[in-house]
Amino acid sequence: MGMTITEKILAKAAGLDSVHSGQLIMADLSMVLGNDITSPVAIKEFPKFGKKTVFDNTKVAMIPDHFAPNKDIKAAEQCKCVRCFANEQNIKNYFEVGEAGIEHALLPEKGLVTAGDVVIGADSHTCTYGALGAFSTGVGSTDMACGMATGKAWFKVPSSIKFVLKGKFNRYVTGKDLILHIIGQIGVDGALYKSMEFTGEGVASLSMDDRFTVCNMAIEAGAKNGIFPVDEKTLAYLKEAGAKTPVIFNSDSDASYDEVIEIDLSKLESTVSFPHLPSNTKTFSNMPKVKIDQVVIGSCTNGRISDLRAAAEILKGRHIDKSVRAIIIPATQKIYREAMHEGLFDIFLDAGCVISTPTCGPCLGGYMGILAAGERAISTTNRNFVGRMGHVESEVYLASPHVAAASAVTGYITDPNAL
Amino acid sequence: MKTKGKVFRYKDNVDTDVIIPARYLNTSNAEELASHCMEDIDKDFVKKVKKGDIIVADKNFGCGSSREHAPLAIKTSGIGCVIARSFARIFYRNSINIGLAILECEEACDNIEAGDEVEVDFDSGVIKNLTKNEEYQAEPFPPFMQSLISAGGLAPYMAKENN
Repeated sequence: MGMTITEKILAKAAGLDSVHSGQLIMADLSMVLGNDITSPVAIKEFPKFGKKTVFDNTKVAMIPDHFAPNKDIKAAEQCKCVRCFANEQNIKNYFEVGEAGIEHALLPEKGLVTAGDVVIGADSHTCTYGALGAFSTGVGSTDMACGMATGKAWFKVPSSIKFVLKGKFNRYVTGKDLILHIIGQIGVDGALYKSMEFTGEGVASLSMDDRFTVCNMAIEAGAKNGIFPVDEKTLAYLKEAGAKTPVIFNSDSDASYDEVIEIDLSKLESTVSFPHLPSNTKTFSNMPKVKIDQVVIGSCTNGRISDLRAAAEILKGRHIDKSVRAIIIPATQKIYREAMHEGLFDIFLDAGCVISTPTCGPCLGGYMGILAAGERAISTTNRNFVGRMGHVESEVYLASPHVAAASAVTGYITDPNAL
Repeated sequence: MKTKGKVFRYKDNVDTDVIIPARYLNTSNAEELASHCMEDIDKDFVKKVKKGDIIVADKNFGCGSSREHAPLAIKTSGIGCVIARSFARIFYRNSINIGLAILECEEACDNIEAGDEVEVDFDSGVIKNLTKNEEYQAEPFPPFMQSLISAGGLAPYMAKENN
């Protein structure tokens, strides 16, 4: 029987000719990632693996992004712990705030992930790099410590759900709407332990930024990884980023899938996840009127340049409603500079938005936009759990940058087509 | 190995943000984390929990963030075992890696209620509901996981493998 793209990548990393779903393997890792929240725990665990140095100082990445620039004294201590370890171990891919950004936007941008890689990260959104035809998945700090010490991780080879995409998005419909639509259909555990494989002629029309957004939220359906096939757009992206030579795998035609789901991109509409689960989705045809207090445009899900361009397209020549705070967070320093040079900052500033340095900040209720009791935010981030952005009685609505920007203008959750 | 205690009962999709809210993640101190465990869905949890108590939940327990602080907070709070219909995969890995006992058992989740007195035998996977005088059989772990658990977690297991 044939293998899926995920099975082929894992087989190669485990030094096996073939693997099948359910098989437990020990795989060689191409990159091990941690941030300022998860790395300190991994650093504490590291000595227990009986190694004095990391397995390869070019294959570990440490990025303070969650509570950095340091939000308080305790956060400063955690960032210091990561910085000291990175210095001690001569970690080549440690990025200080001035050259950093949100980890899952930064790693691809710096060319640190290529097609065919196996990447683990002590952050659940590590599944983002599936957009590049890599196997990547989130793990905890002990797995990160193990990866740093040995260069290996254990995996149960996942079975796969195939999503066959056809057609093209309509205006203002994006990768965010596609993944929210899917999570709404299959539920927050609809792909539990599984791989979400995206394929079909519709893939070609998706930008790389759309693909990153789609894979990023695979975890929100419980998946182990999300993955796209490599095409010309992928190769062009990898080349520009200066990534290593890609190793391209394709699923066999007789590979086995738990389920095949066809999606016509032209039938999708702007989609919003209501509190308190990403699967609680609505489209504008069945949506109540919802007043919002805050708008967040950023994060590892939607803080890339095309996301900022989308927001600027809506906000150009308009002003946000007086009752709203709108926070724009470019995901990396490079994106920040691009947005500035393209004149997007003028559009945001004229519209009454605030622009932040790259940080995960408000997405997980860290800082830089925390909600009070009873407040509601529409956000381009990835989770709307109870208390996710602040007070336990606040609410988060997940949406695309177009919808978030349109909502900032009116003060209510708004269809960009209705502006 | 066994644990015995009272049951805290929760529903589907208990996420890591409610197990330990991110506002407390500026530390990795286990006791400090445990003092805020579950507070966003159950303010009384920390006041009531005793060593050996058991959490029983429905589907997809531990979904969301990869924070190992979540199983660590639960373990340090005194909880001896988490029983659920299913676990989110990163939480599942993390629990095994740090030595928090977790079991999947539909029958236990169908029948156990908050406050029940329950005894769990990890070796056999037998869950005894002492309040209702019932017995349920949990799914056994695959052999690889069993060797990880009996080694005492991922670090000692890998250290042993490498020698």
